[in-house]
Amino acid sequence: MRTLEQTTQEVLDLASKHFNVPVGSLAPEDDFFKKLGIDSLQTLEMLSRLENHFGVELPDYEVQGVSDFRTLASRIQSRL
Amino acid sequence: MKSFTGKALRWEWREGVIELTLDHAPANEIGLAMLEDLERFTAAMVSLAPDTAACIVHSERKHGFSAGADLRELYHAAAKLSEKERVSGVRNFLERIHAVFNAIDAAPFTTIAAVHGVCFGGGFELALACDIIVADKMARFAFPELRLGLIPGFGGIPRLKRDMGNAFIRDLLLTGRSVNATRAQSVGLVAQLAAEGEALRIARATAAQVVKFDGVTRAAAKKFIKPIPHEDLRREIDIFCELFARPAVMAALKKFVESTDAMPYLP
Repeated sequence: MRTLEQTTQEVLDLASKHFNVPVGSLAPEDDFFKKLGIDSLQTLEMLSRLENHFGVELPDYEVQGVSDFRTLASRIQSRL
Repeated sequence: MKSFTGKALRWEWREGVIELTLDHAPANEIGLAMLEDLERFTAAMVSLAPDTAACIVHSERKHGFSAGADLRELYHAAAKLSEKERVSGVRNFLERIHAVFNAIDAAPFTTIAAVHGVCFGGGFELALACDIIVADKMARFAFPELRLGLIPGFGGIPRLKRDMGNAFIRDLLLTGRSVNATRAQSVGLVAQLAAEGEALRIARATAAQVVKFDGVTRAAAKKFIKPIPHEDLRREIDIFCELFARPAVMAALKKFVESTDAMPYLP
């Protein structure tokens, strides 16, 4: 079973790959809206990629108010 | 009319298959332009049907199949009217939409929705009127109407009731959340899953399969398995109009319209 650190790193890797941002420039505490330059439509896209990758469902309201990668990872972790 | 290009969509008939392409910026919002073109399509269906085995409904827009009703158009039209005129205007629009979606639902040929990206609200309801939904893994389905103080008004609840278990429907309707295509397939909403970007190719392969078989048999089987829930559809319009009359709905629409975000009511 993944640790939260592993899950967080996978979230950063996915975000880096799909939004063309160097992975080294992303940190767990970063605001993903600002760092990735994404709007709410692209947030849905990210949600789908995360769900497909981790094999979980992440209802939209679980990410309401969440803007940093680490908290997003913890939401995923709680469904693994 | 074997081919047509309108403001919001186009269609082309070829070798027994119609491809109906939704193409209205930004995300195939369903307002008057889309409704009028869909009415043209359902009128043309009458003459196309004898030579048609399948119709694929898909989107040319990058963000997805359809983001649903054109809420900006709805707000701006409603804001100019009295409360009574607003409700009768909405009722008139819904009755026209229902006529179109019911015609698609009952079409004597097999209808296939090839879905990618956002498939929300009225867009989801258009897909539900089709016989088969092929969705790529990045597709998402939602009824966000709850966030505006409304229920789906284009026939979504009766069609969901017809097609699947109540528990899943309650989750969707009472939380307004979106679900991905993989989950949608697991509950039987989506018939076939596709890799990202492959929904249209798979829909075409499915249509090519459908073309091989006897049209009379296909139409009879479809009519038997897929009754149109007329009473529930009429009741849905009544409930929608009752809810729409409330001031909170115009306030929610105003907030939506004034937002600068692409999808103001999500997540």
